[in-house]
Amino acid sequence: MPYLNISHFWGVVVSSRSYADFTPEKVDLHRLEEGPPLTSTLTREDGLKYYRTMQTIRRMELKADQLYKQKIIRGFCHLYDGQEACAVGIEGGITLSDHLITAYRAHGYTLTRGGTVREIMAELTGRREGIAKGKGGSMHMYTKNFYGGNGIVGAQVPLGAGVALACKYLGTDQLCVSLYGDGAANQGQIFETYNMASLWKLPIIFICENNQYGMGTSVERASASTEYYKRGDFIPGLRVDGMDVLCVREATKFAADHCRSGKGPILMELQTYRYHGHSMSDPGVSYRTREEIQEVRSKSDPISMLKDRMLSNNMASVEELKEIDIEVRKEIEDAAQFATTDPEPPLDDLCSHIYANEKSFEVRGATPWTKLTSHS
Amino acid sequence: MASLRSFLQCNFDILRKTFVILFVNVRDALNQAMDEELERDERVFLLGEEVAQYDGAYKVSRGLWKKYGDKRIIDTPITEMGFAGIAVGAAFAGLRPICEFMTWNFSMQAIDQVINSAAKTYYMSAGFQTVPIVFRGPNGSSAGVAAQHSQCFAAWYGHCPGLKVVSPWNSEDARGLLKAAIRDDNPVVFLENEMMYGVPFELSEEMMHKDFVIPIGKAKVERQGTHITLVSHSRCVGFCLDAAAVLAKEGVECEVVNLRTIRPLDVDTIEASVMKTGNLVTVEGGWPQYGVGAEICARIMEGPAFNYLDAPAVRVTGVDIPMPYAKILEDHSVPQIKDIIFSVKKVLNM
Repeated sequence: MPYLNISHFWGVVVSSRSYADFTPEKVDLHRLEEGPPLTSTLTREDGLKYYRTMQTIRRMELKADQLYKQKIIRGFCHLYDGQEACAVGIEGGITLSDHLITAYRAHGYTLTRGGTVREIMAELTGRREGIAKGKGGSMHMYTKNFYGGNGIVGAQVPLGAGVALACKYLGTDQLCVSLYGDGAANQGQIFETYNMASLWKLPIIFICENNQYGMGTSVERASASTEYYKRGDFIPGLRVDGMDVLCVREATKFAADHCRSGKGPILMELQTYRYHGHSMSDPGVSYRTREEIQEVRSKSDPISMLKDRMLSNNMASVEELKEIDIEVRKEIEDAAQFATTDPEPPLDDLCSHIYANEKSFEVRGATPWTKLTSHS
Repeated sequence: MASLRSFLQCNFDILRKTFVILFVNVRDALNQAMDEELERDERVFLLGEEVAQYDGAYKVSRGLWKKYGDKRIIDTPITEMGFAGIAVGAAFAGLRPICEFMTWNFSMQAIDQVINSAAKTYYMSAGFQTVPIVFRGPNGSSAGVAAQHSQCFAAWYGHCPGLKVVSPWNSEDARGLLKAAIRDDNPVVFLENEMMYGVPFELSEEMMHKDFVIPIGKAKVERQGTHITLVSHSRCVGFCLDAAAVLAKEGVECEVVNLRTIRPLDVDTIEASVMKTGNLVTVEGGWPQYGVGAEICARIMEGPAFNYLDAPAVRVTGVDIPMPYAKILEDHSVPQIKDIIFSVKKVLNM
């Protein structure tokens, strides 16, 4: 029988479980004596927070799908639905004063790193109130301690190591999480980065989000070794279930402790899955079966998994979660409304932001007579 | 380096009183500039191959590791794409890296980080993320290093919005522009020239001041003239001055413009000169197609100076071939003084 949260009536929560202990399924270790703890405590507060955030990402991505099909979003659009537990779990294991960088499947991270749905959606629709004022688009969103959103596969990994170098140089105990996919995992520059991060003991957590497919190429067809958590060779690694937000959180906390204790880099592989194709131009069913997608949805959906856990442990009621769903839907609707009505960036802004801290200068337009101005 | 500096310091008073100018070669000018900027700002650091314990492949960073240590002078493995990316990431997070490419030829391994991660980021982020980084190293032809080690990258990097591209000629340029580049909050591509490292030039007391900077984006008229404008950058500026000296004996007065900066290009200075002289020859070490000279000629065509031209503007460039090894072939692959003189006479119909 669904538990009724009577706090609405009396302003007091009566006998709802405030925490629960969960045992993650499986953690594979590489060059590590021990891994993250095998039990994880979830508080009601955290559970509701993770649920809300994952649901927000899910609904935001589905709305983006809709807007893309209506041609209101154009160009590249790489959706994150299915992988929500990664972004939310990682953020649960670090703080906002830590740093994070990822590749182009970045909308979820832009949110967990402090962006709002409104400014993310307005960036996707290319409007002036977008998080990058319409100048960046889907793949180039930035916020404090979040360095994008990067379009060139693999380039973000050395960038992340550079951020980590700065953390160490400046004597903070901050670290940098540097994400890449199974497709990017074969990039030479990533191995160059493993080497330097190890040599210099940089506080970096390398995270491979293995969603089984690099665009249309399955991991078996792209990688001689699909054990991505071992690919760092001399770098200790662990592989966890990326569909389970608690597994991701515990692994991240463990990895963060490793970095902050001055031991240098560590590598995490998150086994996850994307429901959409590689991007909106990819239906996603030519290289995998609909049955496979459906199976993951029914057995491993990250949001359902968390929901079931909370319900079966009396940490929340069905109504309460539904309430969150409704609030999230409304937030997304409002954001979408905003994103479709906010005006496009002014043409005066075309040439701005070429150089920082520079006085205004002339920029050549499409013809020699078109003289435009660049402001910092 | 420390001993040279103290030698200079000790003798400064005497020299000042007797108005003797200091001679500093380009290498030392670069070295002193970096030393002073490292001292001035804790966030500045240098990374690259052999920059620390080896004192620099071309000794440009001599003495810096000894003075500043491992934290600020970092030897990297031979992994350009990786360390250029690391340098850019460090700049994202608030440091002010100087990333050395042993030569600019090796930057091709890392060019994605220079262009896509450094140059474009301020724009893509709509002014949110600055990238205060300097990429530096020797550019263009050297002596006998053959095709893969002799390319000039001024045109390639000069093509890209978001970058500043600087090409010093002498010690004054090297010192003032490198200090300006390090203090600049934008990504700067700093193109040195290996053949110039050992060449000494006069530096005045003013130029030796620790806050001496040369504005990026401003060309310098090295020699006033009336009959023709020669526009050049880097080592070829010296050739232009040599050609001008020879031509002066025949009554031709050349105005020599040292670009100093490739991007942003100081079109105003070039135009003013062309409007004065009525003739233009550009001189560069790089290949002709889609090069620096091509850009200058196009801009002159499109602007007010065209109406002042008495003859078509012409380019003197490196020969359109990969650089050969044998000395006689190499000598004939780069612009020589006689090529400049020949071109001036052709343009002036002499």
